[in-house]
This record gives sequence, C-alpha cells and structure tokens, in this order.
Amino acid sequence: MEPLLAVAIGILFAAAIYMMLRRSIVKLVIGLMLLSNAANLLIFVSAGLTRGGPPLVPQGMVAPEGVVADPLPQALVLTAIVIAFGVLSFAVVLVRRAWEIVRADDLDRMRDTDT
Amino acid sequence: MQLAVLGGFVVAGMAPLLHRWFGARTPQVMALLPASMAIWLLGQWPTIAAGEALLLEWSWVPGLDITLSFLIDGLAWLFAMLITVIGSLVLVYTGDYLRGHRDLSRFLVVIVAFMMSMLGLVLSDSLVTLFVFWELTSITSFLLIGFNHADLSARKAAQQGLYVTAGGGLALLAGFVMLAAAGGSWSLAELMERGDTLRDHALYLPLLLCLLIGAFTKSAQFPFHFWLPNAMAAPTPVSAYLHSATMVKAGVYLLARLHPALGGTETWTVTLSLVGAITMATGAFLAIQHTNIKKLLAYSTVMALGTLTLLLGLGTPGALVAFVTFLLAHSLYKGALFMVAGILDHETGTKDVTHMGGLRHVMPRTAAVAAIAALSLAGLPPLLGFVGKELMLESALAAEHYRVPIVVLAFVAAFLTLAVAVIVALRPFFGPPRRTPRTPHEAPPGMLVGPALLAGLSLLLGLAPGWLDALVAVTVAGLGADDHEVHLALWHGINLPLVLSLASLALGLAVWRRWDRLRAHLARFRPLMARGPEAGYEALMAGMVAGAEWQTRMLQNGHMRNYLIVTLLTLLGLVGHALFFRHAPSLEVPLDLYLHEAMVAGLMVAGAVTACVMRSRLAAVAAVGIMGFSIALTFVLFSAPDLAITQLLVETLTVILLVLVLFRLPRFVTLSTPTERIRDLVVAGLSGTLVTLLMLSVLAGERLPRISDYLVANSQPQGHGHNIVNVILVDFRALDTLGEMFVLALAAVGVLAMLRFHAEESDAGRTPAQERDDG
Amino acid sequence: MVRSGTLILSVAARLLLPLQLLFSLFLLLRGHDEPGGGFIAGLVASGAFALYLFAYGGRAMHAMLKVSPRDLIGVGLLLGVLSTLPAWWQGEPFFTAQWWTVPVIGFKASTPLLFDIGVYLVVLGSVLTAITALVETDRENDA
Repeated sequence: MEPLLAVAIGILFAAAIYMMLRRSIVKLVIGLMLLSNAANLLIFVSAGLTRGGPPLVPQGMVAPEGVVADPLPQALVLTAIVIAFGVLSFAVVLVRRAWEIVRADDLDRMRDTDT
Repeated sequence: MQLAVLGGFVVAGMAPLLHRWFGARTPQVMALLPASMAIWLLGQWPTIAAGEALLLEWSWVPGLDITLSFLIDGLAWLFAMLITVIGSLVLVYTGDYLRGHRDLSRFLVVIVAFMMSMLGLVLSDSLVTLFVFWELTSITSFLLIGFNHADLSARKAAQQGLYVTAGGGLALLAGFVMLAAAGGSWSLAELMERGDTLRDHALYLPLLLCLLIGAFTKSAQFPFHFWLPNAMAAPTPVSAYLHSATMVKAGVYLLARLHPALGGTETWTVTLSLVGAITMATGAFLAIQHTNIKKLLAYSTVMALGTLTLLLGLGTPGALVAFVTFLLAHSLYKGALFMVAGILDHETGTKDVTHMGGLRHVMPRTAAVAAIAALSLAGLPPLLGFVGKELMLESALAAEHYRVPIVVLAFVAAFLTLAVAVIVALRPFFGPPRRTPRTPHEAPPGMLVGPALLAGLSLLLGLAPGWLDALVAVTVAGLGADDHEVHLALWHGINLPLVLSLASLALGLAVWRRWDRLRAHLARFRPLMARGPEAGYEALMAGMVAGAEWQTRMLQNGHMRNYLIVTLLTLLGLVGHALFFRHAPSLEVPLDLYLHEAMVAGLMVAGAVTACVMRSRLAAVAAVGIMGFSIALTFVLFSAPDLAITQLLVETLTVILLVLVLFRLPRFVTLSTPTERIRDLVVAGLSGTLVTLLMLSVLAGERLPRISDYLVANSQPQGHGHNIVNVILVDFRALDTLGEMFVLALAAVGVLAMLRFHAEESDAGRTPAQERDDG
Repeated sequence: MVRSGTLILSVAARLLLPLQLLFSLFLLLRGHDEPGGGFIAGLVASGAFALYLFAYGGRAMHAMLKVSPRDLIGVGLLLGVLSTLPAWWQGEPFFTAQWWTVPVIGFKASTPLLFDIGVYLVVLGSVLTAITALVETDRENDA
C-alpha cells in the first residue's frame, strides 16, 4: 500500500504547489489546505503502515500484544492537523482582510504596501 | 574584578541617572570607577612583580567550557593600568570639554561601557570572553565615533570603522575557533604553554592568517589603516582614549598575548615585521600631508602601531623590551597630545594648525605640556619616547630578515614623526598670533590636569627609566622571553641608533622648515593616493550595495510565486542531487494492496485534482473536503483512530470556516497565461515526483531503531495510560504540545486582531482602493 | 447569511448542545486510555458551539458560554503551564508527570490530565474566537 500512497502524496503535493503558484488569492488558500493535508499524510505514511493494530494498550495489560502502529508520528500528525486548522483560519482571514482593503483578487496587484 | 567590570557596565547604564544627581560633575564622579580599579590593580603589583600571574576563575557556561576567568599577568596588568588611568583622566577631561553638552549622559554611557569592554578584553583568559569583549569594543567605538550623528561624515566614519573592525572580528572568530581546536583549550593561559604543538599544527598557517587579519584591522595596520584617521570625527576625548590606550591597542595586545603561543616562526616574523614597517612609513608619510591637528596625530598613531607590530614581529628579547617601552611611551604622549589638540580646538574653534599661531602667550601652560609631550613623540632626550625610539632602532638594526628595508622604513618614519611632532608642538604656539574663529583662553584646569600628568610622566620616566625595569622585565617575561635582564637607560653611549637619531633630527627639522612647500609638492600625488586601500574599501561597499540592489530586483520582486519557484527549484536541486548522487535510491517497496484501500487513495487523488481544475469555488472546496475525508478513511484503515476522529472534526470545522469567509472573496478567474501555467505545472510535477521518490527511498531504506518502542513499552507502566498517542501528547512530549497550544492561541489572537482593527480602519482603508478601481 | 435559523436547525442545536458537550467531556476524560483526549474533545465542543452559533447567533452563544472564548484560551494556557510546576515541588525535572488518587471516589488526578484540560480549553477557545470574530464582523458589514 505504501508505494501507492507515496504516489498519491506526490500528486497531492503537486496539486498543492500548482494551486499556490496561481495568482488568484482564493486558489492560494485552497493550495494551502492541500499542502497541509499532504504534509500530514507524508509524515504518517513515512513511518510505515500497520493494519488493525491501533496503538492502544488493552485494559489490564502492560504492553500491547503483537504489532501496533507507530504512535509517535500519530501524535505529531494529530497536533499538526489542529495547528493546520489554526493556521488556515489565520490565512483565510488574512486573505479576506487583504481583499477587503485592496479589492484585488490578483496577488500581482498586492505588491505595493502603500495601497 | 569580574564583578567590578560587569558592574562597570551597570554604572555606564546608570549614567543618565547619575547625571540627574550630579549634573555637570558627573564625568568626574564616574572617573572614580576606573580610578578605584587602577588603585586595586596597583595593589596587585607585588604579586605581578614577583612574576606570578593572577588567575581569577569564574565559570560562565561550564557545559561549553566557557569561563569568565580573568588572567592578570604583567602584560594584562600594564594594559589594564593604562586603560584605567588614562580612562580616569579622559573622564575628568570630558567634564570640561563637553561641559553643558546636551548629550553628555549618552556620551558617558558609551565611553564607560567602552572602557569596561576594553578592560574585559585585556583581562579575559578565555578566548570566547575575549572575543565578546572585542566585539563590544567595536560596537561601542562605533557609537563613539558616530557620536555627532547629525553629521554625515561622522556617520560614514563610524560605519567605516565598524565594517572594517567587525569584518576583522569575523576573521578573528574563525581564527579563535581554529586556535582552540589546534590547542585543545579555550584558555589563554593554557594555550601559551602549548606553543610548540601549535606551531607544528597543520592549522597553524590558516589560523595565524585569520588572527592577523583580526588584529591588523583593529590596530589599523596597512592596508586597513584608513579607518583610524577618519575616526577623528569622534569628540576629542574619544580620540585621546581610542588612540592612546585602547581600541587600536587591542590588536597589538592580542598579537603580544599570542606571541608566546604562535610567535617565533618565519611566517610570523616576516609578516609582522614587514606589515609593521610598511604601516610605520605609510602613517608617517601620510601624516605630514595634513594640516588638521587631529589627522596629523592620527596618522602618527598609525605609525606608532606599525612600530609596535614591527617590534613584535622581530620578537627578539631586545625587541620585546623595546615593544613594552615604546607602548608605554606612546600611550603617555599620545594621550597628552590628543588632549592638547582638544584644548586647541575647544579654545580656538579650528583644528587646522596653519590657522593657529602665537598661542603660547595666551595659554602658556598648555604650550608647556604640548612641548613636553611633543618632544617625547619626536623621540628626543630626555623623554621616555627617546628611550623607546632608541630601543626600536636598535632592534631594527638587529633584524634577521629584510634588515635593510626595515631599517630604511624605520628611519623614514623616525624623521617624519619628528617633523610631525615639531609641527604639532611649535606651529600653534610660536610665530605671529593669528586670528582664530574663537578668542583663545588658557584651558580650564580640568582639561589640563590629564595632559599635564601624562606629559609629566613621560618626562619623569624619561629621566629615570630605571624605574620601569621591573615592569618591563615582568611583561617581557610574559611575552615569552624568560630571564632577560632588563635595564633601561637614557644614555647608551655613542652607537649606531644614536647616529640615526641625530640624522633623523636634522632631516626632520628640514622637513619642518619646508613643510608648506613639501605639502604643495605632495598634493600632486593626490590622484595616486585616491587609489589606495580606502578606494578599494569604497569600491567594495559600493559593489555590495549594487549587488544587493540587483538581487533584490531579481529575487525579491514582490511576486510571491517567484519566491516560491526559486525556493522550490533550489530545494529540488539540492534534495534531488543528494537523492540520486549520494544515495542511489532503491525503490523496492512491497506493494501489498487491497482493493478498498486503493479506492480510498484514488478518491483522495481525484479530490485533489478536481480541486485544481474546478472553476467554481464551491466545487473546489467540496473537492478538498472529499480529499480530507479520504485521508480520514486512510487513518481508519491504518490503525490511527485518534487521527481519524481529529481529521473528521477538523474537516467539519473547516467547512464552517470557509462558509464564513471564502464566499465573501472573489470568484475564480483565470489570470495566468498558458505559458505560465505550463511552467507552474512543470515545477509542481517535479516537486511531486521528488516527494514520491523521497518517500519511496525512505520506506525502502533500512529502519533505524524506533524511538516509539520505548514509548510503547512505557506508556502504561510509566504514563499510566492505555492510549499511547495521548500519553505521548500529554506526558512524553508534553513540552511540544505546550508549544503547539501557544501556536494555536497565537493564530486565534491574530485572527481576532485582524478583524477587530479592521472595524476601525475599514473606511479609511477602502477609499483609495475604490478610487483606484474607479480610475 | 449566518442566521438561517430554520426550525429544525434550532431545535436540533438546542437538543444536541448538551449531548455534544457531555460527549466532549467524556472524550476528554477517557482520552488517556481510549481514543479521545484534549484536542479531539476540544474540537467536538467547538463544533457543538458552532452549531448553536449558527442557529441562534453570536449573542445567544455568548450567553450560553458565559465567558469570552478569549478567556478560555488564557485559562487553557495557564493550566498547561501550571501542570509543569508540581514536579519541581517534588524535586524532579520540570514537567515530570505527577499522579494523585482522590481518596473517596478513587479518581486518579494527574498533571497530564490537567494539561489535557488545558489543551481542551485552548482548542475550544481558539476555534470559537476565530468563528465568533468572523460572524460578528459579518454582521457589522451586513448592517
């Protein structure tokens, strides 16, 4: 499964970067969303995938039986998802404010700081 | 002592407060600080005289072997004495020179901070602390030179001084790191005992070169000499201090300090003596071209620094004795002469010696002081300068390498210096009185006490040089010439140095007689001089500015996608290079696949691609949502329940957020040309491919032992939790989580701030944009 | 556009809010042993309040919440930082987890739990701050 997901993540990154290179600010925001998802998935998959072994210790035991998924990338990605949401809300509001002031949806017209 | 130095910085910071309490008396009150340090140092003299070094230990960062230890041996003691004594006198002098100046307290802050940095520099035992203090002197002297910051030339001079010395500081840092690596210690006391290891070390040449660049820039050696005369833009007490006891001597101090560890090799001898000799002659030659009294003195300082470097380069016991004597003599007379120059400037309102004359009638005491100090500068008996110069000529005559050019250069420097001395001391005070911008009076006592004391010491020690024997002996011993009998005397009998001295006296007087005509002749060489090292510096700075402008135009042009493309291509190049040429990636990852998993992945990709091609915002957002839910499904399939829940919840909240914001934003429009789109597609495609390859090679690569094994094994026993992910979040790596909490809070505060400020500004902000849209 | 306020939404929001909040607390407290925890619980609670916000508007939500979302962020950060300190009391390194058992009910209190509550409050506060700020500016703009 990993190679397939690796290809999928590559496509996600490509899509994210393509969108971030657009001049339209809304497309930039969508690119940002794609990028954070792609990055999360990248971390998750890079540690290797495990089927049917959630990182939980069964009640009354000291350590899980058998192979469990690597918990560390999961912990990293968990916070990353929430942070990405915080950053996204920040970016979205920033874009909205910029648009309200400049009234330009073209990044090229936002170059001057004095408008 | 460390406490005293660090406390000195605190006192410096308190200068404005002291100024409120003591008013115009503040400089004199603050002079008590260096004065008391000088008394403490004097109290240590018996220990120093016994040839013992005082090591005051104080560890600063023990883990990195960085100490704030002070090492007081003969050399450090001599420098510290000069710094504190001349520092006190300069402060007293400042009291009258800058009386009523509105920035007096700012001046005091900086000059006391400078004094303390300088003291820390000469006393430090650790290379790290030495470097810190070294840079502090660069910064504080920058502030001092640019004290009259409303004056363009002062700002330029300050910048020049800073760039040259701080640039040298970088080389010095590299040199120090290599020195510590080669010598295996950061402590100067230990390095001094490992001279043999250091001299044979493979790093010897590069580290020596780096250290020399650092020391030469600081001490204004050729070809870095040009910043020093320009630094004359500083107020005169600063010039007196910078050029007599401190800043410029820091480089000389460093060379002297490292002499036992690094000196004695042929590279050392040849470089130092040649650079020293050239600097000496250049300084003296440039001096006589100027009529500004401070410039004259500044170039003669360059000459003196060259002399000191030359003597260290020669490195024989005799040369070292000459070094110490000359150092002391120079500090005394140069300090006095600068203060006299300040008096003249203060009283007459001009700095040009050709505009002064006959001042001995109005200011006889100043004239007397000037005459004594100038005699010492000229190297005439019975002053300390004479003793120093005789020893210097003697050492030059005994040079092993390049004896003839060194002696010639030393001789040229000697007679030109004599001319300078005569010009400075005679020109303003003798001859017919001239009208000056201000009517001169005798200097106030506060301004006379400093130069008088220094000049008096020059005379006294010149008459009885034997008093210095012990000090010179102990310092020279610290420089690596053990058990050398030191006996200074005014009269050495008739020998070659004396003959040279007499010849230089005659030539110097001749130069003085024809000074005006000589200057006219020399003026013809101006175009040639314009091509000197200073022109090189100017060209370099101009080139840097032009380069910065060019790269700003090219790279920082305000188009965000250009930044992105440049960053991405750089990343692609570097990572791609490492991946293919360093690692030869193996991409053999087993592909065990279930149909439903493949469908989820397909859905994810379809969502992402659809989001890119959709022309409606709603459809694009929905497509991103599909991708998000497929990712959540992936988390479910591969044993990450927490992630799946989080992803689902965040997707929901994202929809709410986008509903609130996105639809207030403009519709999609196509803005880029087909060519641009193809270019972007290529960049995006390459980046995606690289990510895929990178992941495959990571997955195929050998697994390092997982940190997680520890976490899995200890989650229940130590963390008392069954959900390992949660235990990691709130226990094992809770500090990370705390940081992430702050990030989240910051994002929320940022959102709030943008929206709240918006409410107040929106009217003001919208008008011009609307106007432009209309137009 | 925000105050659509259809009957179904209003009723659903009113009924669901307590349930969702209870569920979020349940997720928070069981998080150490089962899937859940501060982040997830905070998101669930934010979702609940966001639903209420859409149904009844910002003022009603503020009345419901009693405190400003911004204060929640502050309290959450404070709890997070406070949970680092008890370890010092015991002479152990900063942030070492401490466990105490409350005698009568046998409830296990700990600094990780305190920390998780901090996370919960920060997530809840941040999301609500952003959303209420957006809703309020919308209203100002529409007015």
